[in-house]
Parts: sequence; structure tokens; C-alpha cells
Amino acid sequence: MNNSEKKRMNGEAEEENEEDVEDEGRDAWERTYTDERSWEALEEDESGLLQPIDNKAIYHSQYRRRLQSLSATSAASRIQKGLIRFLCVVVDLSKAAGEMDFKPSRMAVIAKHVEAFIREFFDQNPLSQIGLVIIKDGVAQSLTELGGSPEAHIKALMVKLGCAGDSSLQNALELVHDTLHKIPSYGHREVLILYSALSTCDPGDIMETIQKCKKAKLRCSVIGLSAEMFVCKHLCQETGGSYMVALDEGHFKELLLEHAPPPPALAEFAIANLIKMGFPQRAAEGSIAICSCHREAKVGEGYICPRCKARVCELPTECRFCGLTLVSSPHLARSYHHLFPIEPFTEISARQFELSRVASKTCFSCRESLLTPGAACTKCKQYFCLDCDIYIHESLHNCPGCESRRITPAAASATKS
Amino acid sequence: MLKEGAIESRLVAGPLVVTTWPRSFLLPPHSRGKLLRDFNQSTVVVGHGYASFQANRRSLISFSDDVSLLVVLIDTNPFFWSTSSSSLNFHQFVSHVLVFLDLIVRLSQLNQIVVIATGHNTCDYIYDSSLDTDQVTGEGELPALYSFVLQRLEEFVDKDEKLGAKQEGLSEKRASSLLSGSLSMALCYIQRVFRSGPLHPQPRILCLQGSPDGSEQYVSIMNAIFSAQRSMVPIDCCYVGSHNSAFLQQASYITGGVYVKPQHLEGLYQYLATVFAVDLHSRSFLQLPRPAGVDFRASCFCHKTTIDMGYVCSVCLSIFCKHHDKCSTCGSVFGKAQLDAASDRKRKASES
Repeated sequence: MNNSEKKRMNGEAEEENEEDVEDEGRDAWERTYTDERSWEALEEDESGLLQPIDNKAIYHSQYRRRLQSLSATSAASRIQKGLIRFLCVVVDLSKAAGEMDFKPSRMAVIAKHVEAFIREFFDQNPLSQIGLVIIKDGVAQSLTELGGSPEAHIKALMVKLGCAGDSSLQNALELVHDTLHKIPSYGHREVLILYSALSTCDPGDIMETIQKCKKAKLRCSVIGLSAEMFVCKHLCQETGGSYMVALDEGHFKELLLEHAPPPPALAEFAIANLIKMGFPQRAAEGSIAICSCHREAKVGEGYICPRCKARVCELPTECRFCGLTLVSSPHLARSYHHLFPIEPFTEISARQFELSRVASKTCFSCRESLLTPGAACTKCKQYFCLDCDIYIHESLHNCPGCESRRITPAAASATKS
Repeated sequence: MLKEGAIESRLVAGPLVVTTWPRSFLLPPHSRGKLLRDFNQSTVVVGHGYASFQANRRSLISFSDDVSLLVVLIDTNPFFWSTSSSSLNFHQFVSHVLVFLDLIVRLSQLNQIVVIATGHNTCDYIYDSSLDTDQVTGEGELPALYSFVLQRLEEFVDKDEKLGAKQEGLSEKRASSLLSGSLSMALCYIQRVFRSGPLHPQPRILCLQGSPDGSEQYVSIMNAIFSAQRSMVPIDCCYVGSHNSAFLQQASYITGGVYVKPQHLEGLYQYLATVFAVDLHSRSFLQLPRPAGVDFRASCFCHKTTIDMGYVCSVCLSIFCKHHDKCSTCGSVFGKAQLDAASDRKRKASES
């Protein structure tokens, strides 16, 4: 008995060790059970037979629903977009961020996706600035100042990844309020909080802080990783932001990237202003100057501030000596598609598709033959496949059919009237 | 080597008349062979291509690094070609381009070309090498590629002309072509190739443009350029017009392509073969022409002059050279929080 008990205990201990060793040497077929859970990619149809989930159809229908909701809200009222944004990203690094329900840990997932978000944000809003704040041990600290260079933020975030202590929402809001209070009046002030904890330890009355933020016109949005909390919901409702809770990693990434394009801006939030900006020319090849960002001598390849003639290495930036915002015309052009968006395409029913007079049913832009009915542009009446539809609306922002037509001023005024 | 031919195009008070396209300018095969043989000795590129050709014969489905998908955008704008005073006319231009396309196809069995024509009123696909259509059998000794492309080009120019005749007469001296349309179509085609699977050739776009930039297309061309930058597709440009094209210089700079304005247009094929025939992988080993300077300054919306320092409206990002009270594009009044003041007044009225 004793021996067998001992053997069993030893066996269990050995099994645990073996499991750890096997973790590294697991075969691919074992990994499909533990990591990939391949049974989740199947569903039953009416007769009870198993079929793989048709991801493509789901993806297309999701995309269409998203487009419909976007166009409905924008058509409802003449809402302008806030193009010059000052966004503070608050990352909650309390004890709850070490939870492993997101693999490998919530913190690692947040860091990875925040890096992608920062790059996407600067891609879509080149004139905007981001500042990073972390909450740890009940205290909020500012990781980076408001700045326009993605590399600096990403580097700072990757270094400081450790979770401990409680989370304090009020401290974070106070810090963010002080930071964003100083920015010029034409900028849109936004806060994005990535909250993993289920409670908040505050030194004072958080409702007062929320009212303070509302008065300062901060638009606070929260993405929760655990469960819905009343205080976050109240904060977002008061300040006009959005509150979402992520279900899994993919959903979290989608929710985060939804904050990259400029939000619809109500006219009362920011005052329109004329901002003085400089458009520097490239320095001549082979000219030597001391650059103002690195304080070292550099040859060629830089830009010269038109007001104080200092050399800067990259654009967009603020000249360190005279404070002039320096941009180049492509940076401004990156935001033009927000101002001149293309209309969503209408979906074609199967009947319409058969009846259409188009001789060869191919997508106008990629010339792939259309097996399933796709979408058509309302203005030029050309047919496009669903993949081109998604690409055109998400990345290209030009309708190839409309661009391949020449509209004379006479015809344009005729269609308008 | 190139036989003289003539393409007459007369601008008759608006609608363009393009007369018949004589066949006499087409290159006879023996002279084309001579061109290629000359290049065989001088350039490394063709030798490299020959080695990959051998490798491809051994394993047909191996995509080595140097397989490329080249999308060529040919400018057929008759307003430009009829008024260009350079030594190159349209038929010579097309013959240079055809020999270049043949070169690309011969460099590797797996290379693909797609030709899109940029017209004045429309854009369309001319040729896709991956389609195994029953190509028109050549006229006697002409290879199928040449006669097919020529026939399709002729059909396209006719269609372009018909679409132009429907509209009222345009007497623009500097009429631009629809570059944004053909760029958008090229990018959609490249996305389709990306979707086709993990094994695909490396795509790039070559723009053979002569027409001047149309300022109404600025926003669409910039959208296309940023989309190309995100998909990592370089846009090369060989500009055969008179003054440099700012849009295409910016396009090549932003996407990492090459911009060349050849000085001697009679030797256009040599520029094409030495600079643009090189695939993306091999570009890192070669010294390709670099632009002297790209002007990124903006032009103000009121006078269209390029400015060093200006004022930008924070709502619609329009650029002005002087301080204004009201933005002419979006109508927002500067400096005054109008809606704020209005809502304050309303609140005070309701409170009292």
C-alpha cells in the first residue's frame, strides 16, 4: 500500500515534470487539440452533418453591416471629423493585467496590439499626437509626453511591462486632465483607457473628476478586458465616448483599431483655428549641419525649417527652436479621404445580377469573373467583387469606375441639379 | 532600324480625330533580335534572367525571388501625343514599349505582365499575360503578343475617341489623362494577386506617362499612392513629357520606386531595359537613378502658388497664405467658438 501510494505520488510528481518537458516537445497533432481547438471551426447544418465554417461569407457580411451602420450615422447629421487629435492612451498595469485569460497574459496582448494601434493611428492621423500613461500600484504615471513619433512611444512601452498593485481610475483621469489641459484649443482631446481590473481605488470622489473631464471637453473611451463596470459606462456616457468590452484577442484588436480613424466631431468640441505651419524643403545633398533632434552633425537628407533655418531629421515635427509645426503636403493629403469619403456600394441581388446587361460578368477593377453577385457603385454603375469592395472602402478610398470616367463641368452640373 | 510611319491626329475644334494606324511601323523580327543580342553582351540583367530560366525549367513551381508581376500603365492621351514636340511620336513609343514587354516575358517563365491604357476619357485593361486566351495569330512573322496588344490598343483608342465625341468640345491646351483611374485598377488587380495564395510574384507598377498632371485628380492620386505604400508596391515612372510631373515624383518617392525623365527619347528602350526591367530583389545590388530633389511644398488654395509657410484650417486642412477670418472651403469661422457661445446664451436665458 505504502509503496504503491508512494509510487503514485512519485508518479504524479514525475508526470508533472514530464508534462512540463512535453510542453516543449509536443507534437503538432497534440497542439491542435490544446492550442488551436480545431473543433471550434466546425458547425452543424440542418441535417446534422458537420461542415467547416465559411469564414469568407461571415467576413463579408460583418463588413457590410459595419459599413451600413457607419453610413447611417454619418448621413443622419452633418458631422465633421476631428482631424487634429491629441490622444492619451491609458494602460492599466495593475495585478489584473497579469491574468492569463488572454494568451500569454493580458499585458502582453495589450502591448502587442497597442504597438499596432500606434502605427495605424499615425498612419491615419499624421498631424496628431499621442501620450502614454500607465496605472500601477494605485498611482498613474506618464510614460511619454504628447509627441508625434511612433518609435519613441513603442520603445517606452515595451520597456516598462510589469504589473502590480491596484488600479485607480481617478488618478489616471486627473493626470490625463492635467496633460490635455495645456493643448491648443483647435485640437480634439481624447482619452483611450484599456482597463483590465474590476475595481478602482480612488483617493477622492470620482464623480467630481468625471464632471471636471466633461467640462474640459475630454472625450473618454474605455475598452474593458474583464467585465462591464458601471463607473466606466458612466464616464463614457458623460463625456461622449464609447465603452466596449473585448471578448477575445481578435475582438480586442478590432475594437482598438476602431479608434484609429478620426471620430465624428461635434462642432462645439473644438474651436476652428488657422494654424501656422511650415513646409520645409529638403536640405541639399551633401550639406552638413547639426540636427536639432539628435544634436549631432549630419550630412544631407534632412529638412530645413523655413523660419529659423534649423535642420530637422523627419517630418511631421515641431521645430525645437521656433516652435513652428513642420509638415509636408503628403501628410495633409493623408487626411483628405476622411473629408471626401466615397459612398458605400449597393449590394446586388442574385436576380439583378442575372438580368444585368453586362456582357462578361467580371469585376471592373480586378477582372476576376464574378461567381457570386458583388456590389455596384451608385454613381458609375460598375460591378465590383466583394473583395475589391472591401479593399476600395478600407484602403484605397477611390472608386476605380468613377475615376475612369471624365465628367465635364456641364455634365456635373446637370447631375447636381 | 525603326521604319518610319506616321500617325496623324488632328484636333478639330473639340472632338479629336485619330486617323488610321499604319502597320508599317512594326518592327520586323530580325531587327528586334539584333536589339536583344546587343543587350545580351552589355547588361548583367539578361544573363541573370537566363540562369533563372534554367532553374525554372528544373522545378516549374519554384518562385524564386526575382519573379515579378509588372503592371504597365501606358498613356494614350491623344491631346498629349498630338501636340508633343519631342522626337518621339506615339507609334515609336509603342514599339519601344512592346520590345520591352517582350524582354520582361523572356527574363523569366514565371514573370507576368498586365497592360492598362490610360486614356483621356476612360481607362481599360489591354493585356494580361496570365490569361491563356486564343491569341490572335500574328500577321505573318509578328509574334502573337505584339499583334494582340496592337489590336487591343487600337480598339481602346477608338473607344476613347467615341466617348470624347459624346461630350461637348474641350479646348483645353493642357488636357490630362485619367491616371488615377488606371492606378486604382492596377492596385485592385495587385490585391487580387495577393489574395490568390502564398506563392505569387512580386508586384510593381510602371507608369509610362507623358500628359501633364491634372490638379483635379490630386486627392485620388494621393489616396492611390498611400494605398500602394501600405501594400508595399513600388510605383516607377518613366516620364516622356516636357516638364517634370510632381505627382509622379512624389509617388515614386513615397512608395520607394524609381522616377526617370529620359533625356534622349529616341533611345527610350535602353532606359526601359536598364532601369525598369530589373526585378525588386535585384534592385538592392544596382545603382538606379535617384531623383535630385522632390518638392514637397504645398500650394495655397487661394493663389495656387507654392509656399514655405502658411496657415492651415484645423477643420478641413485647407492651406492659405494669409490670415483669413473665415475658411472658404468649410465655412468655419476662426477663433470664435460660435456654437459654444450660442449654447451658453441659451442656458443663461433658460436659467434666468
